[in-house]
Order: sequence, then structure tokens, then C-alpha cells
Amino acid sequence: MTEREYPPFTQLGMFSLALIVIGGIYLSSHIPQHVSLGLPIALLIASAAVMTVNLTLLRRVPGFAWYRFFQVAKWALAAYLFTAAMIEYAFLRNHLKGGPLVILTLSLIVYAVQVPALIAFTVARFDNTSTR
Amino acid sequence: MTEIAAPPRVSPEPGPLAAPPRPLDFEIVPRKGLAIVAVIMVLLIAAIADNKLWPLEFFHVAGGAAWTIIDLFLGLILGPIIGRMSIPARVEFTTKLMPKMVLIMPTVVTATLASGWQLSSYLGTNLTSYPQHGWVVASFIVVGVMAVLALGLLEPANIAVLFELKKPRPNGEVIDRLMKRFIYSAGILGVMQLATLVIMTKLASS
Repeated sequence: MTEREYPPFTQLGMFSLALIVIGGIYLSSHIPQHVSLGLPIALLIASAAVMTVNLTLLRRVPGFAWYRFFQVAKWALAAYLFTAAMIEYAFLRNHLKGGPLVILTLSLIVYAVQVPALIAFTVARFDNTSTR
Repeated sequence: MTEIAAPPRVSPEPGPLAAPPRPLDFEIVPRKGLAIVAVIMVLLIAAIADNKLWPLEFFHVAGGAAWTIIDLFLGLILGPIIGRMSIPARVEFTTKLMPKMVLIMPTVVTATLASGWQLSSYLGTNLTSYPQHGWVVASFIVVGVMAVLALGLLEPANIAVLFELKKPRPNGEVIDRLMKRFIYSAGILGVMQLATLVIMTKLASS
């Protein structure tokens, strides 16, 4: 099996997810105390940066099956936006507000983009049929 | 390149098949199952909105039990069995099992975690004043690690193997690689579920 050279998309994607998970655990483990938002903000920025770098590196792969990538990503995005909305609803239901709500909402956006991207990449990297 | 086609025509030997290839007949996402998922999600939203102990407890316990049992059974029992199956048997089993897993696992995990968070808010067990707070944080960490593994490795492998099997000439090497990734991830998650069992029984008995 001959295979293209790919950036470490899965590893970087999991690292990006891990960063927002750590931020979420840090925030939720301090309820209801006042907690410094410095660490979760830094983790969120790092997570978004890793995700951006990851997608940029993937864009440079010649002949990547983008048709298949977007075909899978759009449905996965719909599913993971729904689960993100469920989690957001649970936060709002429990009167979360202010800085922690903003950080967790942005983390959910990273999650809702990163997970579909991981699924779509895993499908598209083995695609040898779609050249549309 | 190992090539695999529909189970009745699959050859365990590597090499192209004589008969013209056609894609296997299965749905990557079983459409009928989506209706069941929708009903569960509506009930889950109602349980969270209602914020009563019994529905929240039901979703958390039932969902958590299903999640734990599926992970343990798949990772530690079914996984090694699938690994020892012949390629045609593995293909047939995979096309029957994996589409269901695409719907079952996200539904079970969402129901468990969403109801679990609401339940902990209801009971006050997610507050730092709760005497067993350290155990609760430990459960967050275990679930966090499991989520990253499941979302980063298991779920993409699940979907990708189904797409590969849908091709007129599936690549056996790719399927083998993705199935190994799926089974190993499920095995690790199964072992981590033991940690969840320890934490949850400790919390329930304190």
C-alpha cells in the first residue's frame, strides 16, 4: 500500500482536544469558588492555535481528498454541534455565566469543529476514489 | 494490496477477485436508529429541564451502565474474538456491528454525561464543599481521558472502516489497521471503565 505523507493530524487533534478538556476539568473542579481564568484561557488559545496549525498543515497536502473530507465533516459537524448544544444547555440550565461561560462556550466550539475534522480526516486519508 | 468484497464472494487470499466488485449493502448510519436516538435525546432534554432526581438518576445510571458494559465487553471479550476471525467473517461482523455503534455510543455517552452533570448539580456533589470532592474530580479526569481517546481514535476509526467497506474494492490492509485501532482503543477504554466503576461505587456508598 503506497501512502501519502500526512502531518500528524490525529495526534495534534487529540492534543488540541486534551487542552480544552483540561481547561474544562480545571473550571468545573473549582465550582462554586472564584477561580482564576488565566489557565483556562491559555489552554483554550493553545487548543485553538493547535487546531488552526493542524488544518493549515493538512491544506498543504497535495491531492488530499477534500471532497470526501467535507462530505463526512458536514454530517459529523451537525451531530457534534448538537452534542455541544446539549452541553451548553446544561451550563445555562445551571446558571453558569460570565467568564467561565464564555471560555466553556468557546471550548465547545473548538470541540464541535475538532472532532468532525478528526473523523473526516481519518476517512479522507484512505480515500482513493473521490477526485471531485 | 489485499482486497475484500461482499462476504459471499470474499476470498481470504490476497489479490484481486475475478467477479466484478460491488459495494457491500449496508448503511453507515442506520436511518431507522436515528428516530430512537431522537426520542432518547428529547427525553434527556426533558429530564434536565425538569431537574428531578429520578429521571436524572435513571439516565445517568442506565446510560453509565450501558457505556461501561459495552466498553468492557467490546474491548476485553469481543475484541480478541474479532481479531481471531477469518477476514470474511470479520467483514460480515463489522458491517453488522459498526453501524449500530455509530449511533449507540454517542447517544449513551451524551445521556450519561449530560444527566450526570445535572445530577451532580442537583445533589451538590460537584461543589468543592462536598466531602468526596477529590473522587468527583478523579471521575472528571477519567472521563476526560476517555473522551479524548474515544473522540480522537475510536469514533474516527469506526466511521472510516465503514467507508472503506462501502468501496467496491475495500482495502484489507486499511480495514485491518482501522479495526486494530478500534479494538485497542476499546480495550483501553474498557480498562479505564474499571476505574470509573471504582470511583462511582465509592461515591454511591459514601
